[in-house]
Amino acid sequence: MNNNMKEIRLSGSGGQGLITAGIILAKAAVIDGYRVTQSQSYGPESRGGASRADVIISKEKFYYPEATKFDVLLALTQEACDKYSPNLEENSILIADTTFVKDIIVQEANIYEIPFTNIAKKELGTALPTNIMSLGFMVKLTKVVTQVSLKKAVQDYVKKQYVDLNTKALKIGFRLANDPAKYSGENSG
Amino acid sequence: MAKYSKKNPVVLMQGNEAIAKGALAAGLDFFAGYPITPSTEIAEILSEELPKKGNRFIQMEDEIASIAAIIGASLAGAKAMTATSGPGFSLMQEGIGFAKMTETPCVVVNVMRGGPSTGLPTKPSQGDIMQTRWGSHGDSPAIVLYPESVLESYQLTIRAFNLAEKYRTCVVLLTDEVLAHMRESVMLPDLKNVKLIHRIHPTIPPEWYKHYEENPKYISPMASYGEGYRFHVTGLAHDAYGFPTNRSDEAAVMMDRLKKKITHHLRELIQFETFMMEDARSAIFAAGITARAAKSAVVKARKSGKKVGLIRPLTIWPFPDDALRKYFHNVRTVFVPELNQGQLLNEVKRAMGSVWNYESRKTRNIVPIQKNNGELITPQEIISTMKEVK
Repeated sequence: MNNNMKEIRLSGSGGQGLITAGIILAKAAVIDGYRVTQSQSYGPESRGGASRADVIISKEKFYYPEATKFDVLLALTQEACDKYSPNLEENSILIADTTFVKDIIVQEANIYEIPFTNIAKKELGTALPTNIMSLGFMVKLTKVVTQVSLKKAVQDYVKKQYVDLNTKALKIGFRLANDPAKYSGENSG
Repeated sequence: MAKYSKKNPVVLMQGNEAIAKGALAAGLDFFAGYPITPSTEIAEILSEELPKKGNRFIQMEDEIASIAAIIGASLAGAKAMTATSGPGFSLMQEGIGFAKMTETPCVVVNVMRGGPSTGLPTKPSQGDIMQTRWGSHGDSPAIVLYPESVLESYQLTIRAFNLAEKYRTCVVLLTDEVLAHMRESVMLPDLKNVKLIHRIHPTIPPEWYKHYEENPKYISPMASYGEGYRFHVTGLAHDAYGFPTNRSDEAAVMMDRLKKKITHHLRELIQFETFMMEDARSAIFAAGITARAAKSAVVKARKSGKKVGLIRPLTIWPFPDDALRKYFHNVRTVFVPELNQGQLLNEVKRAMGSVWNYESRKTRNIVPIQKNNGELITPQEIISTMKEVK
């Protein structure tokens, strides 16, 4: 892993808030003083279909705006996990939402299996802030940006009426990263 | 590392947002358009911002009406713009030709997506390069700019307005889906340091005014409707006052001016970037988002000792023929990566062919790297091709 540059891919399906999560992560990186690009790929539909957001966070100048090898891959669906996890390398980090990801085909990466969607439903009564929860988990775990900046970015970006909900989700994400092994190997569908 | 400062904050900005902001900085008074992916954010932002300054935003019934509306607004003195993507850009061709023929300043943004027809709405392409040159019928001038970053989207939007106003023509700003939708950390320049050009209005008595005056620079002052000057606007060949003519001598003067206002100002119009070309033995020619992959490939290839550089046009039309001849003179292979089936490739061949093959009697390799499936060309793909060719 290049210490000066982190390539992060957030993947899943349309409607899971991955592009929003990418924008928030990129905004946090700007607050921390990094160079950053956030790019995306999505289909014409507003829900469903494959969706991904790439965030590149770097101390130095870089050119290509899409992630080519992933330092961190977040996969919120089985399809996304199958499609992108073959690009993972030995030191890469894979974070999978085991609510939907049942089968992880790679072994090289550091793998974290957390049922984010189920936890969101259980603790917050809605799956909506799953994106922010998983972002919180990832940031606490990888330190790609500071938690303070991420919190500020979330609160700046989401609509007023959702700030509380997303702040709660973020805190749960941070908490989950204290004991990331808690859920591994557990099939929590 | 870019440092955060209160005066010039580094912000995360989207490409389309930078175009909207650039247009406002350039003094945009009027926008008419019809929303289309991946250009919609431009209209969205301007629909909010223009009314704040008491200016007009109109959502038209289609793209034909949109281009007509901005031409009308410009004739009344406004700095006017529209933004669209391939399908809408096709519909606008007649209007673009009319703006060029009537020498009416305006800016058209075309955010390229996969084509032909409605194609791949949410995927990038560079398939409209030739359409921006020859999309409208008849010989017509073309000034087309293509940025590679969010910051440059801002800067070249301002430049597009400046050139439109100065040269009295329709200037096209090309971009692509990835560039338009991606966000980058940017520090916008101070508005105080941004040079703005406004069309020159006539100062002579109204009875002396010619809307298309002959002069050595091929660009004449332009009155606005309602200013007290009388002129006629038609797509037909016209005389100096704008009235239709069938006379070959008058048509020749008009056609000559349309051509020479470009060819006599190439030095100002053509902008290109050279990247690590000093000692290059092979080179890449790439524009827009593909140049980002190319730069990444150049940096990586240099690390493994390969002497490679890049020429990147910021002005696509007029094409930088002289730059290619100068900088590619000593290289053995030129790689042309692009998100289409060879639109830049053929221009590179045309620009270089006559200079090289006869003099040196060597075969120069011009190697295409093409993709049009809606995905970007990656740095690795460029590097792989460079290894294959040797």
